Formats: sequence, C-alpha cells, structure tokens
Amino acid sequence: MEKRVRILVAKPGLDGHDRGAKVVARALRDAGFEVIYTGLRQTPEQIAEAALQEDVNVIALSLLSGAHNHLFPRIVELIREKGMTDVLIIGGGVIPDADIPALKTAGISEVFTPGTSTTTIIDYINANVK
Amino acid sequence: MANESLKLKVAEYTAKVDKASAKFPERKNLEYNRLYTPLDLEGQDYERDLGLPGSYPFTRGVQPTMYRGRFWTMRMYAGFSTAEESNKRYRYLLESGSTGLSCAFDLPTQIGYDSDDIISEGEVGKVGVAIDSLADMEILFDQIDLGKVSTSMTINAPASVLLAMYIAVAEKNGIGPEKLNGTIQNDILKEYAARGTYIFPPKPSMRLITNIFEYCSKNVPNWNTISISGYHIREAGSTAAQEIAFTIADGIAYCEAAIKAGLNVDDFAGRLSFFWNAHNNVLEEVAKFRASRRVWAKVMKERFGATNPKSWMLRVHTQTAGSMLTAQQPENNVVRVALQTAAAVMGGTQSLHTNSKDEALALPTEDSVRVALRTQQIVAYESGLADVVDPLAGSYYVEAMTNQIEAEAWKYIQKIDDIGGAVIAIEQGYIQKEIQDSAYKWQKEVENDQRVIVGVNKFQIEEKPIEGLLRVDASVGELQKKKLADLRAKRDNAAVSAALAKLEAACNDESINLMPVILEAVKTYATLGEICGVMRKVFGEYQAHATL
Repeated sequence: MEKRVRILVAKPGLDGHDRGAKVVARALRDAGFEVIYTGLRQTPEQIAEAALQEDVNVIALSLLSGAHNHLFPRIVELIREKGMTDVLIIGGGVIPDADIPALKTAGISEVFTPGTSTTTIIDYINANVK
Repeated sequence: MANESLKLKVAEYTAKVDKASAKFPERKNLEYNRLYTPLDLEGQDYERDLGLPGSYPFTRGVQPTMYRGRFWTMRMYAGFSTAEESNKRYRYLLESGSTGLSCAFDLPTQIGYDSDDIISEGEVGKVGVAIDSLADMEILFDQIDLGKVSTSMTINAPASVLLAMYIAVAEKNGIGPEKLNGTIQNDILKEYAARGTYIFPPKPSMRLITNIFEYCSKNVPNWNTISISGYHIREAGSTAAQEIAFTIADGIAYCEAAIKAGLNVDDFAGRLSFFWNAHNNVLEEVAKFRASRRVWAKVMKERFGATNPKSWMLRVHTQTAGSMLTAQQPENNVVRVALQTAAAVMGGTQSLHTNSKDEALALPTEDSVRVALRTQQIVAYESGLADVVDPLAGSYYVEAMTNQIEAEAWKYIQKIDDIGGAVIAIEQGYIQKEIQDSAYKWQKEVENDQRVIVGVNKFQIEEKPIEGLLRVDASVGELQKKKLADLRAKRDNAAVSAALAKLEAACNDESINLMPVILEAVKTYATLGEICGVMRKVFGEYQAHATL
C-alpha cells in the first residue's frame, strides 16, 4: 500500500485567526491525507522541528497578520537547513498579490488567497507533492 | 375560529407552492419557512415578550428614544504602525465626523510582548499600533481631548495595563478617571475559544477581569469594563444563534466570577457591554440583536437577581462581518457593508464600526475608510432606517425568527450549564468544536454551490491586479526598538524595578486588587512586556489544546 501523504498545517507568528487553517486541515483530512495541526503561535523553529519529527511531505502555512514576508521565508530556510529538501511548502491567508512573487522566490511553492476552494488546494498538493 | 380558517388556507398554499417550487431546487434548502403568518406568532404576548423600547425585556431596544434621541456612535476601528501614524489617523477620523475612537493594537501588544522581543519579529505595527509603554500612549492620544472623546480599546489579556496607561495619560492632561468614557474588550473567554490572543490561564485571567470591574466601579464609573464579544466567535464560523449563546454564556461566567469575588451584581452589571457581528443575512441579524437583548435581560433579572434596570440592558457595539468581505471584485464589498449596516441599525446597536472594501486584502486605506464611514452616515441621515424605533417589530418573520434564535440560544446555554459553565466548556473544547463544525459546514456549502458568494463561486470575472493597498512600513519594528532602547536608558530604572517587585508580590496575593499596582508600574514607564512578564512568571501561560 502506498504511504499516505503527511501534511503539517501550521500557524506561524502571533496571529490568532485559525478558521482558515482548521477548515483547510479538515478538508485535507477528508481528502485522505494524514494531517497534523500545530495550533497557534508557533515560531519558525517550532514549525521546522515539528515538520522534521512528523516526517511530513507538505507544510501548509496560514497567516493573516501581515507578517508573512518575514516568517514564511524564515521557515523555508530552517526546513532546508534541516535537509528536508523535498518538502512541499505552501501558504495561505490575507496576502497581497504584490508579495507573492518574492515569497515564491523564497521557496513557497504556491500561495492561496481568500476565496480559494479547498479542492484547489487538494488538487495542487496531489499534483506537486514529491 | 379565525385561526382554523387561516391554518387551512396556509396548508393549501403550502401544498400548491411546494409543487411549483420543485422546479427551483437551489432556492429550496433554505433554513427558513417560505412564508410567515400570524400562525407563527401564536402565544406571543406583546407586553411580556416585546414591551416598549427602554423597558424590560428590551427586545425593542435599550433606550426609549433610540436614534430619535441621537444616532449610534460611529466608531471606526483603526490603528497601525507607530503611535505617531495612528494618532494622525485618529485625528483624521474625528475631523471626518467619527464620534468615538477605537484602537487596534498590534499582536505583540495584544499578547503582552515588547516590540524588541524576539517573538515580535515581523509583527510590530502590522495589525494595529505598537504600544510598548506609557510614552507611546502619550503620543497616541496627543491633541485628543480624553475628557470629551470616548475610546474603545481592543485589548484583552493585558487590558488592565492598557487601561492603566489610558488613565495615566488622562491624568497628565489634568483629566480625572471619573471623566473618562470608553471600553476595554477585556473578554478573555472568547480569546480561548475563537480569537487567540490569550496569555494567562483562566483563573488568574478571571481575577484580572474582576479586579478591573471592582476598580472601575469605584474610580472610573463611566467606563465599560468589558465588551463580551460574539463578533470573533461569528468570524470564526459560528451561526447567529451560536454567536449570542456562547457570548451570553461567557457573560454568565464573568458575572459568576465577580459575584464569587464578593461584588454586588448591580455594582458592575451596568458597565458590562457586548459586541455583535453584523453578518450578511439582514433580517436574521435583526432578529439576533432583538433576541440577544431579551435573553440577557432574563439572565440578569431572573438568574442573577439584578434589580437595577441598567443591569438588565444588553448594550452593544457592532462591527460588520470582516469574514464576509471578498478579495474578488472588492468594490462589491461596499454593498455588503451597506446591508450589514442596515441590519445593525435596524437591530438597534449603540455603536458601529463599518469595514472597508479592501480589508480582505490588507489594512484599509484612508479613502476606503472614508467610504465605510460615509456608509454609516448615509444610513443615518438618508435611508430612513433610523427614523423609527425597532422598525421591524411585528413582522411575522422577524418576530418568529427572534423567538427561534432565542430558543436555540437557551438550548446552548443550558448545555453549557450542564457541562459546568463556559470556562469548563472552553477547556474541554466544546465551544471551539461547535464553531469549527459550523465553519466547515459553511465552507462545504460554498464549495457545493449551495451558498452563492457573488464574485467568488458565481459571477466571477477576470480580475485586474488591485493597486493602492495600504502597506505598513517594514521599518516600524526597528523604530520601536530604538524608542524602547532610548526609554530604558533615560527612565528611572530603580523606580521601575521597585514597581515590578511590588506587582509580583501583589500577583501572589489574591486579596489584592492589581489595578492600582499596575497603574503605579505604568507611571514609572515600565514597559508592557515587563509588566506582563511579571504576571507570566507568577500566573503561567495558557496552553491551548488544538483540536480539529
């Protein structure tokens, strides 16, 4: 049997908005993925450590506080430092279009903004997970 | 009997239109009946269930005159970047006809960290203004007459510290605390359940809250000591009935804690205020506002035995639903906000914040904030909605929906009582789970096209990139760090240490009211992070259990 894809849904920073993260986590679980949710207020270090410990294939970051330009690239950096080179890292939240190219350059594979359907996210993961 | 004949006619009508509407499946699965008649209001007693505005059970509004006396307070929630920048925005809003201030603090401030704390990196000045010490607060309210303006502060876990700073700024300007008007949110229970800016565990948090109730009843008598908030519960995905039920259950928990601490219910209950969401379904929202007033009046009179009519009144601030704004075709949000405003006004709110069209994308620009404020002014001055008190009373539908939401709310309140109260229900994750289930159901409905969101799952267009969004300067963090370094170098550090030591001792002694001690510490320019750090050391931190 093929190993199930493991996804870490994470809330970096101090942001408390977790409706989106929880809805996405549940939709991913219903779609057959193995989902671990970190809860609120995770530092980049905690998220990278959790990703390593849980041996995940995907990290889905959710942030609505505007700190994405600082926190998302930092998480990618730590993940790569830990040698997890084939982990797919995606992000979502209130993220202005203008910020997306730089986030992608920093290693966030895709950024999902408000109004995205959970099936779009599921399809993206299925098509891109290594 | 007249009702018998009406019953027959309604049954005939229903059979006929059921058949006809089989052709319109997408309009069939609504949660309401198609038609409401006097049959839906059987047993209603006008004087018992509605009464007159300003009278128990306040279904029709808390004041006798409502907007024929004066309009609601138009209170725009604002704050970003530094105290200097936010002060400019506040003065702009007051000049534009805002009638009250509402401060948004950044996340480090809301969670009790200084701007130079490592955990604050990237968050300083982002979702609100950064306040590290009394020095920032002095700048925030520079040239604003605190004796005249009323100020609402969205601050919860460190509410005592920010209130103390506000009192200290006023005092420096020769304004005594008895002259201050405003509100602190101070509602920790919904932070655990829905909003996330908690610091301490429930027990010391409830102590801080009851300390504030007691202190203000004696020293800051016109201050609203708490804004028991359904807004964020709704934003997190709850239904209308859940919003008021979980919030009133929180309100019951605060009253119980205060009474247990020895306070008399009528000494603090008149200063409790509420915070509702104005969501998209206009008439359901109006019914929600009406139902909530009736439920709270009964709770206060019957459950807590309050005798002062002021203690029975559910006074409410409202904000339009941020989660209903779309990033797609954002100009459509102006229309959504106008309808939500209509709901809040017909529901009888005491104050209102209207969201701006660009808030699904970023913090609002000055121009979009102006349109949001103008929306309130148009509803107030042009629409006629504010001309008559509780204009929808007597509508078969609105009255039936008011009854239905009230009944649903009582069911939840009973369930939470059975669990052992709101604090335990939150610790067990019951309330969070109910909210999450509703949020997931909503999302599924949108994705199955059972629920249409214009521009999102229907009537989409090729979007042009949005230009001119507000950007918070990335240098704010560095600026705040520098201000803190200067402050620490020039203040009397011995006085700070002494005040913090005194605070630590007070935290360890439950018989001491912490408010005067915090006020003393604030005046030495001890920082928010230092003060909350002492409390963290004594009280510990809340550990949330994340459940899916």
